[in-house]
Amino acid sequence: MTTQISTAKPGLKQWLTSDTPQSRWQAKCGRAWLGWIKFSENKLAMIGLSVVVGLILVTIFAPLLAPYDPLAANLANRIQPPSGDHWFGTDQLGRDILSRLIYGAQYTLLIVGLVAITAAPLGLLVGTAAGFFGGWIDAVLMRITDVFLAFPKLILALAFVSALGPGIENAILAIAITAWPPYARIARAETITVRKEDYIEAARLQGTSNFALIIGHITPMCMSSLVVRVTLDMAGMILIAAGLGFLGLGAQPPMPEWGAMVSDGRQFLLEQWWVATVPGLAIFVVSLGFNLLGDGLRDVLDPRGGD
Amino acid sequence: MIEISKLNAWFDDNHVLKDVDISVPANGSFGLVGESGSGKSTVLRTVTGLVDDWEGTITVKGKKLGPKRDKDFYRLAQMVFQDPFGSLHPRHTIDRILTEPVNIHGLGNSDARVVEALTQVGLDNAFRFRYPHQLSGGQRQRVAIARALILEPKILLLDEPTSALDVSIQAEVLNLLGRLRRDLGLTYIMVSHDLAVVAHMCDDIAIMNHGRIVERATAGQLAEGTLEHPYSQQLYKAAGGYDRAVVDTFVDWD
Repeated sequence: MTTQISTAKPGLKQWLTSDTPQSRWQAKCGRAWLGWIKFSENKLAMIGLSVVVGLILVTIFAPLLAPYDPLAANLANRIQPPSGDHWFGTDQLGRDILSRLIYGAQYTLLIVGLVAITAAPLGLLVGTAAGFFGGWIDAVLMRITDVFLAFPKLILALAFVSALGPGIENAILAIAITAWPPYARIARAETITVRKEDYIEAARLQGTSNFALIIGHITPMCMSSLVVRVTLDMAGMILIAAGLGFLGLGAQPPMPEWGAMVSDGRQFLLEQWWVATVPGLAIFVVSLGFNLLGDGLRDVLDPRGGD
Repeated sequence: MIEISKLNAWFDDNHVLKDVDISVPANGSFGLVGESGSGKSTVLRTVTGLVDDWEGTITVKGKKLGPKRDKDFYRLAQMVFQDPFGSLHPRHTIDRILTEPVNIHGLGNSDARVVEALTQVGLDNAFRFRYPHQLSGGQRQRVAIARALILEPKILLLDEPTSALDVSIQAEVLNLLGRLRRDLGLTYIMVSHDLAVVAHMCDDIAIMNHGRIVERATAGQLAEGTLEHPYSQQLYKAAGGYDRAVVDTFVDWD
């Protein structure tokens, strides 16, 4: 058994980097391997990736990592400075800030994840359909997009949350509703540049349906700019979610959402700086991580960039 | 196999095809010659359904074409584009480019079909999982031909298939096309501005200018240069290479 593994090792690398893959599966694995090598050469992207992976791990293992209960108030122990017992100090109700930070990671991840998987495909679909069909479909879809773009994101999100009622789910919904129009714009612009290309017409002459053309042939051309834009926007989404939390429209107390934590700490910012600064730093680090990851992904997603 | 009569087409207000009549027998090879903008590519694009605004009758294998082409039509007739750098999707591997038509038409057994199509055009399996940007121009055009052939069509519409390639590769691709026509019993309509290519490949030839067919000839007549219409003679002289005295005698025919 052991000898098999040791001989398989160099074989696997050869199998992955083979010039002449024998099957689709091998070709796919090979490409993923090359993409990973390229990605891992980019130091900043790796930092971004480790931040994001770190965030995911913290979310999963929060109950194991957190030294205290994030919701347990202890008024005798309120607003303690960072110490050996409480690494990041305690807040105005005596709750351990580190534990709240660790439990808060899941809300950040939830916001970013949900917005990305709803807003990005919606914007992509609207934009590619508008650009591909043109004419009145384009006019209608793009005027709707313009209406959404006409308002500042935070104001629009505020309006939606006030209408839907405060809460983290409604905050996510509101951010998703306000986030898709720029993606639709990007996707439309990219679609218009490629829709008359020979390879699209060639695919049409194979009998490809309009739907398959949009999904299989147009969207891959929009993906790299879109992925970059989405990962760059993730930082903004975290900030809007934090902003909504700060204004009392997002996560509700005692939920340890980072934006709400900054909001709580604001009252003691001058004397007890750590209460607001620590969750603020967490928002900053995670936003930066997504930004760096986005830049790295762009380079990998464009196969023309390689060899 | 293909009968086109009184074909007229418009791009907005531009009348780009004027009463074009073409008839190609089964296993025949028909050449359309003319300068850029003479409408020769538009004939092919109209037949394949890429031009919306047209009138006239197009009959392919006894079936009159309506305003929309169905899947059956695309199994019968396929087109090879002029520019092999633009006609292959830059984000799809060769394998995907060739597999997609097989799946769309539900032919099944795509793995074997892809290998066979690549063999037909003289590419070995090593190219199968590469991206178009990793191939040379000639190899790409072979892939484009393989894509057209994978649906086992009876008709190939060739839109200047060699004009984007350098001369040595041109000959290879032309020989390939000639061999495929013999082996598979294909019918060709070939568009080109290169008289030598058309004379080599085609039995019958039509010379187009400003959307109109000005003269019909056989390959023999074209090779000998015994063309009658003054525009055809002008084109023939122009094909001889650049000569200032000759160019100065040229006039615009309409």
